[in-house]
Amino acid sequence: MTALLDVTGLTAQYGDSQALFGIDFSLDQGETVSIIGSNGAGKSTFLKSLCGLLPRPVEAIRFKGAPIGGLAAHQVAKAGIALVPEGRRLFPSLSVEDNLRIGATTGRPGPWSLPRVYDLFPALHARRKQPGTALSGGQQQMVAIGRALMANPEVLLCDEISLGLAPTVIKDIYRGLETVIGEGTSVIVVEQDIAQALKVSSRFYCFQEGRVSLKGRPGAVPMADISAAYFGV
Amino acid sequence: MIDWINTLIQGLLTGGLYALFAVGLSLAFGVMRLVNIAHGDLIILAAYLALVAVEATGMPALAALLVVVPAMALFGYGLQRGLLVHTVGKGLLSPLLVTFGLSIILQNLMLEIFSADSRGVQAGLLETLSLEVVDGITVGVLPLLILASAVVVVGGLQLLFSHTGLGRSFKATSDDPETASLMGIDPKRVYALAMGLAMAIVAIAGVYTAIRTSFDPLNGPSRLLFAFEAVIIGGLGSLWGTLAGGLILGLSQAIGFRLDPGWGILASHLTFLAVLVVRPNGLFPRTRDR
Repeated sequence: MTALLDVTGLTAQYGDSQALFGIDFSLDQGETVSIIGSNGAGKSTFLKSLCGLLPRPVEAIRFKGAPIGGLAAHQVAKAGIALVPEGRRLFPSLSVEDNLRIGATTGRPGPWSLPRVYDLFPALHARRKQPGTALSGGQQQMVAIGRALMANPEVLLCDEISLGLAPTVIKDIYRGLETVIGEGTSVIVVEQDIAQALKVSSRFYCFQEGRVSLKGRPGAVPMADISAAYFGV
Repeated sequence: MIDWINTLIQGLLTGGLYALFAVGLSLAFGVMRLVNIAHGDLIILAAYLALVAVEATGMPALAALLVVVPAMALFGYGLQRGLLVHTVGKGLLSPLLVTFGLSIILQNLMLEIFSADSRGVQAGLLETLSLEVVDGITVGVLPLLILASAVVVVGGLQLLFSHTGLGRSFKATSDDPETASLMGIDPKRVYALAMGLAMAIVAIAGVYTAIRTSFDPLNGPSRLLFAFEAVIIGGLGSLWGTLAGGLILGLSQAIGFRLDPGWGILASHLTFLAVLVVRPNGLFPRTRDR
């Protein structure tokens, strides 16, 4: 059986500086995989490459068997890959509800709708008429996740969704994410928080300086090895 | 007293046309951060299209809207897709230079094709028809129609922006085109649709210009100036503000004319400068610093 998402030898660069050096990566249907690594390891660059925000080799990324390396970002979104971007990037001109609605632009059918998103994150319902940017950081993160879910993606990419949030809020957000995983959505979680990442995922990749320094299953790899791969010592 | 009331009413009616000049410019800037220097020349191009349509077919002047609006909308869509797309996201200067070049090309093409003679579209009865509101105060039907069109256009755009998926796409793409593309929105297509819509409004302004005033191929820049001043007075990014800006320009021009026939145009430019001094962001600014 081929993987849902299959990445081979992915490279990426910003101008003259290369950020990814031949990443091999795979994600199966319904699987949750985490990517850990320190700042500048290439995690966000990897997600941006998957989404089509960065130019990449056409054949390097296969989604359901077909190469998607040549697609523009809006075509990748329509194909069923949604990103919760780092820093949330809500649309300041739009209300909470319109931020969610615009996620449905892809017109993909599926389980997620406005009522379902409000079920998942009840705090948003009361504030749905307010500008997205008027909310607390945690609620903004919920909007960003809800917005990506409205696209009914097959693969959900989460970039640093716990960054800068209080521990209780992080718990709420990851509880929501578990519901999403329960729907059968395949998820890639990028995190600096190793413990959180390993808890939610069945496999992990550790990135270091644009390469995969370690991969495996949480629990099967000694913590010392993970630390070594993370910090490169 | 009656004279002054008449002056103010004439001012508002003139302002309606200025507002129509300005709304397309405001829309293009709001969605794409594109300042279109060729905006005035495109209004004149639309006026010539109306002239050609009316003279070729003998259709009533207002019916030219049915031809010119779709034609200009398509032209705007193509212009954005084929030319202006290359300037998006490269700062303010690059679209300024490209549309400046376009302005020169349009002016010379129109000179070549239509000569430098002043032209106008004959609208028959519509040009002279007027309503007597109360004793001593009469309002021309055509100017009233122009003002009403401006209000309908701005109201319609406002509804489009707040209640439709296309409006949401416009706002989201204006906020952050990269994130909008993650939502499945193609920013290039959204920009082309915005330009098509802006040119449809330019077409309305152009047809009314053709009927109400005489025009020649070099009239574009002065139309651009009024449009630009109306947008700035109203505040960038606010469509109702742009309408108000147009009306304020029209009012100050009428009052200026009333005080001294030589002062009319100057009065509107001075009002613009005064607003810039007192409220540099315009009266109803909606843009955020980015």
